[in-house]
Amino acid sequence: MSAPVPSVTPRVRVRESGLAGWIQRHGVWVAAAVVLIALPLVARSRVAVSVMNQMGIAVVFALSYNVLLGQGGMLSFGHAVYFGLGGFMAIHVLNLVGQGAFYLPVALLPLVGALGGLVSAALFGSFSTNRAGTVFAMISLGIGELIHSSSLILTKFFGGEEGITGNRTKAPPLLGLDFTTDTQVYYLIAAWAFVATVLMYAYSRTPMGRIANAVRDNPERAEFVGYSQRWARYVSFCAAGLFAGLAGGLFAVNYEILTVENVSLTASGSVLLMAYIGGIGFFFGPILGAIAFTFLQSMLSDYTRIWLLYLGILFLATVMFAPAGLAGILVMHRPAWRAGRLHRLVAPYAVAGMLALAAAVGIIGLLELLQFTVSGEAGRVTKRLFWVSVPVYAVWPWLVLAALAIGGALGLRRAAPRAAAAFNEAGGPAGRP
Amino acid sequence: MLSGRHVVIGMLALTMVAWLAPGAMAADPIRIAYVDPLSGPFAATGENGLNQFRYAAEAINKAGGVLGRPLEIVPYDNKVSPQESLIQLKKVTGDGIQFVFQGNSSGVAHAISDAVQKHNERNPGNRVLYLNYSAVDPALTNEKCHFWHFRFDAHADMKMAALTDVIRANPKIKKMYIIGQDYSFGKAVADAAVKMVGQKRPDIQIVGNELHPIGKVQDFSPYVQKIVASGADAVITGNWGADMINLAKAANDAGLKVPFYTYYAASDGVTAAIGAAGIDRIRLVHETHPGNPSAPKGLGDYVAGYRKLHPKNDVNQPRIHTGLNMLALAIKKAGTTDVDKVAAALEGMEYTNIGGDQILMRREDHQALMPVYISVHTNKAIVYDLDASGFGLAIENKVEREKVTQPAACKMQRPS
Amino acid sequence: MELLLFSLLNGVVYGMLLFMLSSGLTLIFGMMGVLNFAHAGFYMLGAYLGYTIAGHLGFWAGLVAAPPLVGLLGALVERQGLRRVHRFGHVAELILTFGVAVLIEEIVQLAWGRPAKSYTVPAVLDFSLFRLFQSTFPAYKAFMLLISAGIFVFLFFVLARTRAGLIIQASLTHPGTVAMLGHNVPRVFMVVFGIGSALAALAGVIAGPVLGTFPGMAQVLGSIVFVVVVIGGLGSLTGAFVASLVIGIIQTFAVALDYSLGSLLGGLGLTVARTGFLSELWPITIARIAPILPYLLLILVLIVRPTGLFGTRES
Repeated sequence: MSAPVPSVTPRVRVRESGLAGWIQRHGVWVAAAVVLIALPLVARSRVAVSVMNQMGIAVVFALSYNVLLGQGGMLSFGHAVYFGLGGFMAIHVLNLVGQGAFYLPVALLPLVGALGGLVSAALFGSFSTNRAGTVFAMISLGIGELIHSSSLILTKFFGGEEGITGNRTKAPPLLGLDFTTDTQVYYLIAAWAFVATVLMYAYSRTPMGRIANAVRDNPERAEFVGYSQRWARYVSFCAAGLFAGLAGGLFAVNYEILTVENVSLTASGSVLLMAYIGGIGFFFGPILGAIAFTFLQSMLSDYTRIWLLYLGILFLATVMFAPAGLAGILVMHRPAWRAGRLHRLVAPYAVAGMLALAAAVGIIGLLELLQFTVSGEAGRVTKRLFWVSVPVYAVWPWLVLAALAIGGALGLRRAAPRAAAAFNEAGGPAGRP
Repeated sequence: MLSGRHVVIGMLALTMVAWLAPGAMAADPIRIAYVDPLSGPFAATGENGLNQFRYAAEAINKAGGVLGRPLEIVPYDNKVSPQESLIQLKKVTGDGIQFVFQGNSSGVAHAISDAVQKHNERNPGNRVLYLNYSAVDPALTNEKCHFWHFRFDAHADMKMAALTDVIRANPKIKKMYIIGQDYSFGKAVADAAVKMVGQKRPDIQIVGNELHPIGKVQDFSPYVQKIVASGADAVITGNWGADMINLAKAANDAGLKVPFYTYYAASDGVTAAIGAAGIDRIRLVHETHPGNPSAPKGLGDYVAGYRKLHPKNDVNQPRIHTGLNMLALAIKKAGTTDVDKVAAALEGMEYTNIGGDQILMRREDHQALMPVYISVHTNKAIVYDLDASGFGLAIENKVEREKVTQPAACKMQRPS
Repeated sequence: MELLLFSLLNGVVYGMLLFMLSSGLTLIFGMMGVLNFAHAGFYMLGAYLGYTIAGHLGFWAGLVAAPPLVGLLGALVERQGLRRVHRFGHVAELILTFGVAVLIEEIVQLAWGRPAKSYTVPAVLDFSLFRLFQSTFPAYKAFMLLISAGIFVFLFFVLARTRAGLIIQASLTHPGTVAMLGHNVPRVFMVVFGIGSALAALAGVIAGPVLGTFPGMAQVLGSIVFVVVVIGGLGSLTGAFVASLVIGIIQTFAVALDYSLGSLLGGLGLTVARTGFLSELWPITIARIAPILPYLLLILVLIVRPTGLFGTRES
C-alpha cells in the first residue's frame, strides 16, 4: 500500500470588498504615512533628523532615476543635471521671493524645482531620446559634462565656485511655519516625498508607464503594436526629469545652497549606485537603495575614511551576484513567507551570516589597517578598530584579521550551498514535510 | 561565610566607591573643529594645516591649556567643496563643537560664513564661531561680514597693496600678466591688481588677465605660451596648491624667466617644483617673518620643533599659531566658551605673534591688521628651508601695518 | 608665430596621448560592445604602478613592467567580471565597468594615499630639446610623442598584417563565424581586453610625470577619452586617431584664443549690452570655454551622425 498523500488546500488570495479590501490594496501607503509622521518623534537628535532629510531627498531622486532605468530601460549618466537645474531654479526663486519680488510660500518651492526639471528634460530629451542603449548613455554623459563645465561660464546662474545660497526663513511663512528648525523641514520633505512616490507609482501603472515597460523590453515589437518608441522614451524622460527637479527643489530648501557639484558626474553616479543597489526591477527598490546609501554615506564616513570603497565593493557584489538588488533579495523570499516556512531559514542563514560577518570583519579590519599605515596620522601607532584600540605595527592584529577573513570565507563556501538548499526547499511547493 | 550574595554586594560597593572617588580624571577638552581638505587636489595643504594646528594646540596644552582644559583639534574633511563643508558643519554642530577653523578656499569660506550666520540666528542657544585663518577674499570682511566671523590673515587687497608697492619700485617692469583661478579669490586678486597697478604705476600695461578653472588644469603649457607670447615682464598670480605647482612646472619647462609675484608660491611641494629655476625670481607676499636669513627667536624655536615631528613639512602658515592663540586668549578673557562672549573678547584684541609682529583684530569688521612681508625664493642664507629642498624664502621687504591697512567697509550687526 | 607653433606641438603631444588611451577603448568596444568605464582607471593604475616601480628600479623598469601587470589585471576583470554579467545584457556590462572604475579609484587611494605623488621625469630625459624664439620644448614631450606614434604603428601593423590581428578583426564583425572556424573567441576577447588595458597603463606610465599622478586623474581624462572614442566612431582605430588629434589640438588652441563673441561683434561694428539677461555671455572668451568644447562636439556628432566620424556601428 502506498503512503497516503496529504491533502493540501491551496492558499488563494481573495480580493475582498469594502473596508478590508481597501486596506489590502492601500494599507502599505497608510502604514508608510504613519511611519513618516512618527519618525522624528522616535529619532530625535539633530543628526538623525538631518540624515532623514537627506534620505527623503535621495528617495525622490532615486525613484525618479528608476523611471528612466528600471521602467524605461534607459541608462543615464547625467541624471543629476535635472536635479541640479531644478534646484538652481528653486534657489533663485527663493532669493527673489525673499527680496519680495512675488509671493510664494517655501512649502511650494519644490514645485518650482519640478518645473525646472521638466523644462530642462523637455529641452535635452528632445534630441537625446532618439536612440536608446549605449548611444543614449553617451549623450547623457556628454550633456552632464557639458552642463557641469558650463557652470564656470554661466556664473550668474550657477554662482561659479561658491554656488548660490538662499535663505528659507526670509520667505513668507505659511501657517506659522517659517522653517527655522530641521524638524519642520523634515515634515515638508516627508510630505513631498510621499506625494512624489504616490505619483510615480501611479505613473508606472498608467498605460504610458506600461508602454514604457514594453519599449524597454522589446522596442521593435512595441512599434509593431503601434506605439512610437521615441515618444514613449521622451515622455518617460520628461517625467523622470520632473521628479528629479522636485528632489532638487527639496535639496534647495534643506541645504539652502546649490553648487556646481549638484550637476556633476559624481552626483549622477551616486544615484545610479543607489538605484541599482536597491534593485531596479521593483518600484520600491530605489527607496531601499536610497536609504541604505544615505545611511552608509553619512554614518560610515564618521568611522572610516574608505567608506566609498566599501560602497563600491557592495555595488560590485550586487552587480555580479545579486543583480536584482536588495529589493530582489527580499522579494525572493516571498514564496517562503507565504508558505509560512520562513522560520526554517533562520538556522542556515544564521550560520552563513555569522561566517560572512567574520569574513567581513577580517577584510574590513585588514583594509582599515592598510589605510592607516599608508595615510595615517604621523606619530600615532594605534587605531580604533571595532571599538578596540589596535596597535597597527604589531604582527598579531594582522594575523588575527587575516585568519578571520580566510576562515570566514572558507566556512562560507561550505555554508552557503546549505543555505541555498534550505531556501529552495522553503520556497518549494507546499506539502513537503 | 561568604555567600554569593555577599560577594555581589561587595562588588557593587567597590564599584560605587571607585566611580565616586576623585581620580586623576582628565579635564573635559575644549574641542575645536578643523574643516579643510584632507582628500582631493588640495589634500597636501589641508593635511599640513592640520599638523600645524595640532602642533600649536600641543604648545598651548603644555603651558596649561585654556581655563584648565586642554584644546583638542577635531578634523573634518570638506574636499574643498562648499556643499560638503555644509554637511560637515552640520556634523560639527551635532557633535556640540563651538569653534570652527577653516581657510582653504574662499569659495568654501563664503558658504561656511553664510551657513554659520544662518545657524546662529536660528539657534541662539547653540552658536558657533567661525575662525577664518586663510581665506582672503576681501568680501568676507566687507559686504559679507558678520559678528561671528573672524579673519586672521591679511586679505587679498592688503597683500596686493604691499606687492604693488614693490612693483612700483621696479622700473624694469613695463608689461604685466595676471593669471588666477576662476573663483572669488582669483577674481579678487585680478581686480585688486588692475586697480592698484593702475593707481601706482599707470605706465605699466596689463597684457593679459587670465582665469582658469580651479584644480582642473594639469598641463599649464598653453597658458605659459600665452604669457610668453604677450611679452610680459612680470606675472602676478594668486594660484595655490596643485595649480601653483603645475604652473611652476610648466613655466620651468618652457624656460619662462620673468619674475613672478605670488601669494602662495612656496611650500607644500611648490618650492621643490620651482627649484633652481626660480632663484631670485619668484616672490611671495605673506604674513609673519619667513625665518631667513635670521629668524626672531620664538619663531626659530617653533619651526625647529615642528621640523623634528614632520621632517617633510614646513610651518608655512604661522597665522595658525596666531589664530589659535588669539582664540585661547579670548576664551581666557571671557572666562567661558560662550560664543557671543568669546567673540566680544576677541574683537579689538591686540596680540604680539610669534614673529614679533603687532596684530590688531579690528572691531569694525573682524579683520586682523598686521604688517606684511615680501620674500624671495632663493638658496642663499637659508636656515629654514621649505619642502626639505634646500630652497626657501628670504625676506626682501617688510611693509608696515599702517601702509597695508585698507578702510573697513563692513556694516556689522551685533547680537543684542 | 611662436604661440602657434608651440600650441600645435603641445596639442599634438596631448592628442597622441589621448590616442594611446582611446585606442584600447575603441578596440574593446569594437570587439565586445562594451564601453569600458574602467579604462581610465587602468590608466591611473599604470601611472601609480610606474611611479612605485620607478621609485625602486628606475623609470625604465616601470615603463616595461607596469603595462603587462595592468594588462593581466584587465584580463582578470574580463574573465571574472564581464563574462559573468554578459548574459544580463549591455546595460549590466556598462554598470559593472562603472563599479570597477569606482573600485579602482578607491583602491588606489587606499594603497597609495590621497595626496598627489611627485612622479618625476627621468633625469636622462629632463632637458629641453630645442629652443625657438623665447620658449623651449622639453625632450620628455618629444619622447611621449615618439612612444605614442610607435604604438600607432605597432597596432596598425599587428591588426592589418599578422594572423592574430586578422582573427581579431574578424571577431570584431563575425564572432560566431570565427568561433565556428575553431578559434577560442572568448579567449580572443580576453586578450584584447588585456591588451587594451595594458595600452591604457602605458599611457599612464608616460603621462604620469606630465599630467600629474593623483587619485582624480582617471576622472579628469575619463570623460575626454569617451568623447574621443564616440566622435571617432566606436570600433574604428583610424577614427580614434583622427578624433584624438582634433580634440587635443582644439583644446590646446582654444586656451590661446582670447576672442569672445563680444569682440567678434565689436569687430563687425556692433556694440553689446553691458547689463541684462545674457550680458555675461558676450565677454566670455574662447579660452574660458575651452573645457566644454569637446562635449559640445560630442553632442553635435551624436545628434548628426551617431556612428561617429569613421564608425560603422552604434551600439
